[in-house]
Amino acid sequence: MTDLAPVLQFKGVTKSFVNGSAAVPVLRGVDLSMDAGETVALTGESGSGKSTLLHIAGGLDTADEGTVHVAGHDLGPLSDSARAEVRRKDVAVVFQQFNLIPSLTVSDNIAFQARLAGRVDQDLIKRLSQRLGLTDHLGKYPETLSGGQQQRVAIARAIAARPKLLLADEPTGNLDEVTAAEVLDQLLQLVEETGAGLLLVTHSRAIAARMKRQLNLRQGRLA
Amino acid sequence: MIRACLVALLSHWRRNPLQLFAFLAGLALATALWAGVQAINAEARASYDAAAATLGEGQFDQIVPKAGGSITQQDFVALRKAGWLVSPVIDGRHDGVRLLGFDPLSSPASFGVGQVAQTGNLAAFLDPGQLYSNAETAERLQTDIQIVIDPAIAPGIAVGDIGVVQHVLGRNDLTRLLLHPVQPMIRPALVDLVPGLRLQPANQTSDVGELTDSFHLNLTAFGLLSFAVGLFIVYSAIGLAFEQRRGLVRTLRALGVPLGFLVILMLIEILLLALLGAGLGIVLGYLIAAVLLPDVAITLRGLYGAEVAGTLEFRASWWASGLAIAVLGTLAAAGGRLWQIWQMPLLASARPRAWAMTSGRVQRVQSIAAIGLLMCAAAFLWGGSGLLAGFAVLGLFLIGAALALPVVVRPVLRYAEHAAKTPQYRWFWADTQQQLPGLSLALMALLLALSANIGVATMVSSFRLTFVDFLDQRLAPELYVEATDTAHAASIEETMAKLDVPVLPLLTIDIEVRTQPAQLFGVRVGPTYRDNWAFLDAETDAWDQVEAGAAVIANEQLARRAGLWVGDEISIAPGVSLPIGAVVADYGNPKGQVVIGETLFRQLHPDVTLQRFGLRTSEPQQLRDVLTNDLGVANSAIRDQSAIKAFSLQVFDRTFTVTAALNVLTLAVAGFAMLMSLLTLADLRVPQLAPVWALGLTRRKIGQLELLRAVVFAALACLFALPVGLGLAWVLLAVINVEAFGWRLPMFLFPADYVRLGIYAILAAVAAAAWPAWRLARTPPNALLKVFAHER
Ligand SMILES: Nc1ncnc2c1ncn2[C@@H]1O[C@H](COP(=O)(O)OP(=O)(O)O)[C@@H](O)[C@H]1O
Ligand SMILES: [Mg+2]
Repeated sequence: MTDLAPVLQFKGVTKSFVNGSAAVPVLRGVDLSMDAGETVALTGESGSGKSTLLHIAGGLDTADEGTVHVAGHDLGPLSDSARAEVRRKDVAVVFQQFNLIPSLTVSDNIAFQARLAGRVDQDLIKRLSQRLGLTDHLGKYPETLSGGQQQRVAIARAIAARPKLLLADEPTGNLDEVTAAEVLDQLLQLVEETGAGLLLVTHSRAIAARMKRQLNLRQGRLA
Repeated sequence: MIRACLVALLSHWRRNPLQLFAFLAGLALATALWAGVQAINAEARASYDAAAATLGEGQFDQIVPKAGGSITQQDFVALRKAGWLVSPVIDGRHDGVRLLGFDPLSSPASFGVGQVAQTGNLAAFLDPGQLYSNAETAERLQTDIQIVIDPAIAPGIAVGDIGVVQHVLGRNDLTRLLLHPVQPMIRPALVDLVPGLRLQPANQTSDVGELTDSFHLNLTAFGLLSFAVGLFIVYSAIGLAFEQRRGLVRTLRALGVPLGFLVILMLIEILLLALLGAGLGIVLGYLIAAVLLPDVAITLRGLYGAEVAGTLEFRASWWASGLAIAVLGTLAAAGGRLWQIWQMPLLASARPRAWAMTSGRVQRVQSIAAIGLLMCAAAFLWGGSGLLAGFAVLGLFLIGAALALPVVVRPVLRYAEHAAKTPQYRWFWADTQQQLPGLSLALMALLLALSANIGVATMVSSFRLTFVDFLDQRLAPELYVEATDTAHAASIEETMAKLDVPVLPLLTIDIEVRTQPAQLFGVRVGPTYRDNWAFLDAETDAWDQVEAGAAVIANEQLARRAGLWVGDEISIAPGVSLPIGAVVADYGNPKGQVVIGETLFRQLHPDVTLQRFGLRTSEPQQLRDVLTNDLGVANSAIRDQSAIKAFSLQVFDRTFTVTAALNVLTLAVAGFAMLMSLLTLADLRVPQLAPVWALGLTRRKIGQLELLRAVVFAALACLFALPVGLGLAWVLLAVINVEAFGWRLPMFLFPADYVRLGIYAILAAVAAAAWPAWRLARTPPNALLKVFAHER
């Protein structure tokens, strides 16, 4: 559990889904190791299993075989509630669908995961809101914001929780090109400042090129 | 973590205050309805008890003077000393008011002064020397004695401690002595002790107890129905709230909130809300009872921690049952939803399940369940016996019918879609079908409310008709007099003939019919009998035959018990058998009765002397004076049946008004359930309506169609509710009542009432739909456009 240990490590991870009566393999032995502060792009065709891989990394789903380590925890033997704790404290996920809480204001949404993790840093939240241009919107409800703004709120929420590992599933997939580039810039800057590892799923070569490392998921394996 | 999660969960209600209001109000209304019925039940029971107590002079055996007159204090003392357990009563008139004095310490009857007698607050009763009567009677009484208003006392009567009444009347004798039901085994014979007195057995003829018990049972059934309606509403309210928060639950879990923790938190949240709703409901229930019942005082006494012990109990049962319905109902409703959340995979789609419910599987399951329940109901109906089986039939039938509603409605809507001429209406009918799953719970609640209404209205109205008939029949003679001996009887008859007062002599003796004990009555057939007696079944000239001594009339109890009916021969004396000419409904009387003509009776039993008469008069008060002053009839030997009748009807009408008001409330609650469902669906509908709007339907038109849809749904529910409600009434009158009491109440139909109910229901549905429709009609175009935009 030293800083040198990988923040995310997959060894021989397989996963298949049951479709009707047949089991359809999605991941056929994935090996992956990410260090703290590293940024990795994950690309692949639609349906290749990128989201599945991300979900397993985030403890939202479990692997059939192989081992998964997140921030030093072996997820395999953990109970549901222990995995929930890892999700709460060490990982943050930025979803394509934002998944904000509609009944909370923007500022409550930003602070939400940090509150769950039990480490609210008002300073950080303030800085994040400024950097992401949300200062004017803090008292509003998510439904009144544009898609780009909502995604910024989701990013702020993830980073405000100070995760060791940040997972992002096509975070800019719903945004126009200019907004997407802006949001990505801010995300990368913030990751660099906080030293979290970032695993980012994307379709776009341009976005993938901005990460330190690029991985491609094909036929259930990484290349 | 707890705080953050609780804030997130509760913020849903803050952002949807309308839903919170609907949830709380729905729960509160349901609880109030239940609590209201409870209160009214208790109140009705108290009223009946008052009636029974006032009428109940005949409940106990009595000792009365042989030749009118009165009983001396010495007679009373002699009897007490000899071991007879008797309690003195003085009965007299003052300012046209009947004064009843009794000894509260020893009296087996309470004479309607229920609270005093029950609470044992005797000091208040005895001490300052006061009289008790209702307000109207009190105004008539001119006396220096203080009068305490007690609405529970029958009109025209004032009661008080025997000493007080003796003082007011200026007498020191007694009118009669009430015998305790339990007497010592060995006591000296009455003739030896007090030769001038005789024993008068308790008489049952005016006992309406069983009839009111039956009504009570039905009222309880109505309470159960309200409970069912309330449960449906709570269920749909919680269902919709949980439906909308599936996305929230998923997000919370993704952010690391453990599932078990979340479920417990939601359980606590819902229980807190349930308690809040129940609290409001109990207060509301009090208000309902207070508004509905003329007797506000009792309710207030209950609210402000009264000084009367009996009222405290009343309050405890209120709280308990009100909380119980809210918590149990909420748990029952939330249990299923929480289970779904427990089962919901973390990565499942957040798509609301209401739309998933369109799947054929759900519909099939529902049809099978409905058919199963209805078949069980039928099985219990044919095979079961006992009161429990009756209630099982009731419950299974109602739930089965409710489940069947969407299954029956769908083909109707499908047919309408095929029959529609314009594309606009074809879309309307198709869209209506799509709304069905989301609205089906609200529709079931409406159906239950309507059926309960129809059923209860039919039951109560049938009951009322029967009750009035029964009173007319049983209490037809305005005065009922008992003579002391044959000579006395003859003199009464003679005087009455002079005064042109029709006399209805009543001869009676105990006999046995097919090993069943029964009373044989000899009556003078005349217009009173011919006009007032309601036969269940009869030969056309039954009274003529009875008058001629060629037939008898049997009451329903005897006929059913002995397995006899019209046309069957019945043996009324050794060697004398006559056919039954008619069977008469005789509610509230446990005894078998056979009625024959006066002439035949005198032939068969020449030794039985005539002592009882019914007298017909339009001036009972004056005739009464004649009887007591001129003919020496004791007040206790005269029963003013017109007063009894008036009081009974008044008591009944009170209950009747209350039930009617409760009916309206039930409908209001069902309307509320509908409003809630429609409001919740309205948000989900924006994406569905956007394409239709884009294709050229104005928002205004869309709003109108939403209203039309509500009318269609309500009308379909009404149509379906009619047979269900009538079935319900039938089960109540013909199954449950028979199981409970051995006789069947006839069922009458009241089409005008049903039409009015239908109109109410449609109005309720329109009222419920109006606001959501208006909101939809005013949805800003950019909200509709957003549906097409990438950003949504
Ligand atoms: N819960 C599930 N049940 C069954 N099949 C699934 C499930 N989740 C994903 N799949 C399947 O697994 C494959 C990979 O899905 P996903 O990881 O979402 O792909 P990507 O994100 O790369 O587009 C797809 O074929 C998808 O249909
Ligand atoms: Mg994906």
